[in-house]
Amino acid sequence: MRINDAVAGVALIALAVAILVHIQGYPMMPGQKYGPALFPGLIAVGFIVTGALLVRRGVKAGFPLLALGEWMRDRGLVTNFLAVCAALVFYALAVDPLGFIPTGVILLVALFLKFGVRPPGAVVTAVATTLVMHWLFYKLLRVPLPWGILERFAW
Amino acid sequence: MEHIATAFGLVFEPYTLGVIFVSSLFGLFVGAVPGLTATMATALLVPVTFFMPPVPAIASIVTATAMAIFSGDIPGALIRIPGTPASAAYTDESYMMTKKGQAETVLGADLVFSVIGGIFGTIVLVAAAPALAEVALKFSSFEYFWLVLLGLTCAVIITIGETLKGVVSLLFGLLISSIGLDNPAGHPRFTFGSIELLGSVGLIPMMIGMFAVSEILRFSVSLRETTEVFQKQIGNVFRGMWGLCLQYPWSIVRGSVLGTLIGALPGAGADIAAWMSYAMSKRFSKTPEKFGTGHVEGIVEAGAANNSALAGAWIPALVFGIPGDSITAIVIGVLYIKGMNPGPTIFINNPENIYAVFIVFFMANLLMIPLGWACIKAGRRILDVPRNVLMPIILLFCIVGAFAINNTVFAVAVILVFGVIAYFMEENGYPVAPAILGLILGTMLEENFISSMIKSDGRFTGFFERPIAAGLGVVAIVVWLWPLAKWLRGRWRAAAA
Repeated sequence: MRINDAVAGVALIALAVAILVHIQGYPMMPGQKYGPALFPGLIAVGFIVTGALLVRRGVKAGFPLLALGEWMRDRGLVTNFLAVCAALVFYALAVDPLGFIPTGVILLVALFLKFGVRPPGAVVTAVATTLVMHWLFYKLLRVPLPWGILERFAW
Repeated sequence: MEHIATAFGLVFEPYTLGVIFVSSLFGLFVGAVPGLTATMATALLVPVTFFMPPVPAIASIVTATAMAIFSGDIPGALIRIPGTPASAAYTDESYMMTKKGQAETVLGADLVFSVIGGIFGTIVLVAAAPALAEVALKFSSFEYFWLVLLGLTCAVIITIGETLKGVVSLLFGLLISSIGLDNPAGHPRFTFGSIELLGSVGLIPMMIGMFAVSEILRFSVSLRETTEVFQKQIGNVFRGMWGLCLQYPWSIVRGSVLGTLIGALPGAGADIAAWMSYAMSKRFSKTPEKFGTGHVEGIVEAGAANNSALAGAWIPALVFGIPGDSITAIVIGVLYIKGMNPGPTIFINNPENIYAVFIVFFMANLLMIPLGWACIKAGRRILDVPRNVLMPIILLFCIVGAFAINNTVFAVAVILVFGVIAYFMEENGYPVAPAILGLILGTMLEENFISSMIKSDGRFTGFFERPIAAGLGVVAIVVWLWPLAKWLRGRWRAAAA
């Protein structure tokens, strides 16, 4: 997805304005001319300048405001992209209640199938990978991966 | 002297040697699989190195990246897809050679000149870093301020793509660096009441997001591309290499020198080094017309350059804490975690660890000869590994790795957000490297500015009162005004004509 420079420029200027409004409440350092607002303020000014230049360039280049990439017209590929994002969201929400092993297996099976791996292989690989990763991080590196519903069987 | 003996002891013990060996295989694999980069290898290694002593931790990154930059050349020659961005400059040339039946020569040249470039870069690193550190010991916040500013400028100027978008990317990195409590006033900025954000976004999860998750996203939307794999058996790759050394001695030297220099410049790494030295090779070649038709000369030069850049990037990283490329940007984070704070004093406080890193650099490049040879032999098999199985596994690894740093699910959100941001940035021609540099150097820039201002009672002239600071300041100002001067001259000429 290619965004027209003008659109990106306007977005940057909007971001800059938001930063400038937000930093108004920052305190000064006692006895100093500069406080914590200085750097974000300079960055915001930078965004305004670069944003303006982008707008100028985008307007010169003209339409379209948004050019969809080749893949965005392909339903399968769009859902692939969303599936990767959804997998991360699913993990963040599910890992505590379900535990690492079930979450990992579900995540891998789902993505394998979405990417066209055949079902039996997908399940076997998912289970094996999750167990190896659990062993590596939980046992060897002592990362406290949650057990969740498998709490009673913890090893 | 005794430090060097201690350093040898630290490297040549079974655990460290084991780590080096395993990291080599990991690096070769990651490099050879298209879509997995050397920077990604580093980001994925960090959670594992988290639990190691300093020397094996750093050693694993050094070896994995050196191997990955070499093995990235293999798919370039076999299927015309670069394994890492650092091989992209001469992928077409390599593939042409393979088509002409010279697969052995091109793969051999990739290997041999990677080793030579890597060793050259290492020698420069060993010679230059301690000497520079001597000078850097005298630096105060004024000098550091200018140095950081020059580093950021550099990252924007020698970026791939447009300068304007490089500046936007840099500003974005600076903005992210200002999140949290870590500023001279200790005031929470842009935290919006979140406790997680008080400690900023977290460098490692962000890197995993920008360099690994973004690649997985890119893969997920390019599934339908099929490639044709070179099917013939690969013969003796070392045949004729000595002849190439004699034929192109200047290319080797030029590639290695330029690579080391580009590597040492902040923000520019192996990929830019390869592009620039391929172009340089063509320019100085006696037979420039042969370039692009399957000619080995540019491969010799650029192949040496990208490996020498890897070592060059460590010079500013160790001496000033200013990363030379995106790999050393991650390394700096690891050094802090390991209590080896980068800066000139690292050569005084941890000399044995630094010497150990140097030894590992030499070892990694020498180990590349046998392991690289084996990797070329196995090349076809590696390319057969189905990427639709590999990518989800890497995603789960990213998640667990990010979680392992702080044990919070917040890190998972971070890798998602920054993965998507990095993906769209690259889609729209915004280079990622300046953002990373801004992120790493933002805090340093602000701190050195504020403490300089406090020292000089708020007078800007303080920045020009010490000789080295004044020199650096003048250089920085000239670098900024240069494009403006050029533009004005162009206008003036146009008006006169």
